[in-house]
Amino acid sequence: MRSSGIAVRLANCARTFADGTRALTGCDLDIKPGETIALLGPSGCGKTTLLRIIAGLDFPDLGGRVFFDDTDVTALPVEKRGVGMVFQSYALFPNMDVAANIAYGLRVRRTAGVERDRRVNEMLAMMRIEDLRHRRIDQLSGGQRQRVALARAIAARPQVLLLDEPLTALDARLRDDLRLEIDQLLRALGITAIYVTHDQAEAMALADRVVVMNKGCIEQIGTPRQIYEFPETPFVTDFIGTMNRLSGEVRNGRLNLASGSIETDAPNGPATLLFRPEDLSLTSGQDAQFTALVTSCFYFGDHLRVTLAIDEHQFLTSRVSPRDPIQPGTRIGCVVENSSLQPAVNDKPRV
Amino acid sequence: MSQTPTRPIADRTPLPSHRPPVSATYWLQLVVTVILCVFLILPVFLSILAGLTVNYFEGWTSGLTTVWLAKVIDEYSNSIGLSLQIAIACLACTLALGVPAAYALYRTSSRIGRIVEELLVMPIAVPGLATALALIVTFGGWGELRQSWVFILIGHVLFTLPFMTRSVLAVMSSIDLNAFEEAARSLGASFWQRMAHVVLPNCKGGIVAGSLMVLTLSLGEFNMTLLLHTPLTRTLPIGLADAYASLRLEVGSAYTVVFFVLVIPLLIALQRATARSK
Repeated sequence: MRSSGIAVRLANCARTFADGTRALTGCDLDIKPGETIALLGPSGCGKTTLLRIIAGLDFPDLGGRVFFDDTDVTALPVEKRGVGMVFQSYALFPNMDVAANIAYGLRVRRTAGVERDRRVNEMLAMMRIEDLRHRRIDQLSGGQRQRVALARAIAARPQVLLLDEPLTALDARLRDDLRLEIDQLLRALGITAIYVTHDQAEAMALADRVVVMNKGCIEQIGTPRQIYEFPETPFVTDFIGTMNRLSGEVRNGRLNLASGSIETDAPNGPATLLFRPEDLSLTSGQDAQFTALVTSCFYFGDHLRVTLAIDEHQFLTSRVSPRDPIQPGTRIGCVVENSSLQPAVNDKPRV
Repeated sequence: MSQTPTRPIADRTPLPSHRPPVSATYWLQLVVTVILCVFLILPVFLSILAGLTVNYFEGWTSGLTTVWLAKVIDEYSNSIGLSLQIAIACLACTLALGVPAAYALYRTSSRIGRIVEELLVMPIAVPGLATALALIVTFGGWGELRQSWVFILIGHVLFTLPFMTRSVLAVMSSIDLNAFEEAARSLGASFWQRMAHVVLPNCKGGIVAGSLMVLTLSLGEFNMTLLLHTPLTRTLPIGLADAYASLRLEVGSAYTVVFFVLVIPLLIALQRATARSK
């Protein structure tokens, strides 16, 4: 059952639409065989265009190249590329039942009937939708359609699986369940998969590596951990999770704030330090580095999200245990895990 | 089980009803319905009756007969046959031209596409007589064509083509055909495979509705055909006009009966097809 994936390489892929809009500026991307990649970014960042270029539904501007392993497939249209694709709208054929939809890729490749049936059965079993075999598409729920769409995409053993926001149309609970299923499926298949999403939790959960995109450019490529812990550009810093900023004057290894200071190895002068909400703990004891005013407090069940004001301009977010007795309007001591502090990324010109 | 409280016999006032009181709109609706019946259904009914009575001026008391019907079928069977022939040929032409045209219009987003779409509707907007005159002015000198039923067919195709194209295009735009096609392509389907397996089956509703529309319109077309026909190429509606003008009213009415028998099943099928495709 395990089909080994292929490597996908994009070289200098740009895309300018007919009306002059620049959807993508020269993108380079190396995807290893069997790897799951998430293209993550806000809407209009070019992630879907990039996926369509890999699929062969769209083509890069002159000079751009797409390679599957060592074969240049730039000029091949989608029907010749041997990719499997899951669309946001599922695009299941309403004139065929579930089994016929799954079999379609095999049917157009003229796979023998016996083999085709065997493969369809295998897919139905794998997706646990055997009882839906003869259903019409309009009789299926969103989650069932999603499973059929996945089964259809992988039935003909594609070399690459492309998923375009496959979970966006589903409700939150179902999304979590299916995310887990897709993850297990991709691991089991060992197929090279490229997953487009604007949901960072989805990208983090599924991907071996995340490609963060913005305004037609690739901002950063890295494992979910690298992206979260070491954002390389201001955009990634703001886009992934919540990031706290502390700005002030550094003198003799201390960043001075309105009501306290914290240690830093930054040189003297104005500086901004970054850290995540989970690295900011609150205390009423003597170990506080600085104090802040609690402005709001949101209860999420498993955690408490506290907004704090250091002065009129600087606000911090902290993520603490839901049992901590914190009241808005009170002053509280703050401790920042020293090792988590990192200097702000400059808006360095991208190469 | 709760006990039903019994009411004293003397107090048998009607229980409050949930039916809303009869309002002014109720009467308005009733009047409109009656007017529609008087002007739409009654003439049809009387016309059919006229075609089946021995003497219309004496009324149905003179007795019912199928003599007129037989006379029409006997004398005008050529017209009936020609009308069916033209309608079917017209359907074949609009299918062959209109469905690909709809697909091309769906695919293109250019200005030219929009202009072509507008031009396609022209024969509906321009009076049929004017279109027919234009055809005669242009091709009237070509004797074989002018004498042939094909000349009428050309007129009918011009007139009915937009109905087919519009009907198919409307379905294409409403079902996200583009996504279906991309999905089929990603699964390896070639252009013709996509057409046969995905595009045409999913546009079936529009094609069926368009076809029934074309058949109905072609069978009933009078304006253009009046100018385009020759004594040897007379269609059903022309024969009908002829019968009314030159023969007894009963024959003309019997003609109407024949026409209804042909067209009403088509109209019912059309209604069903459009209802299903929604």
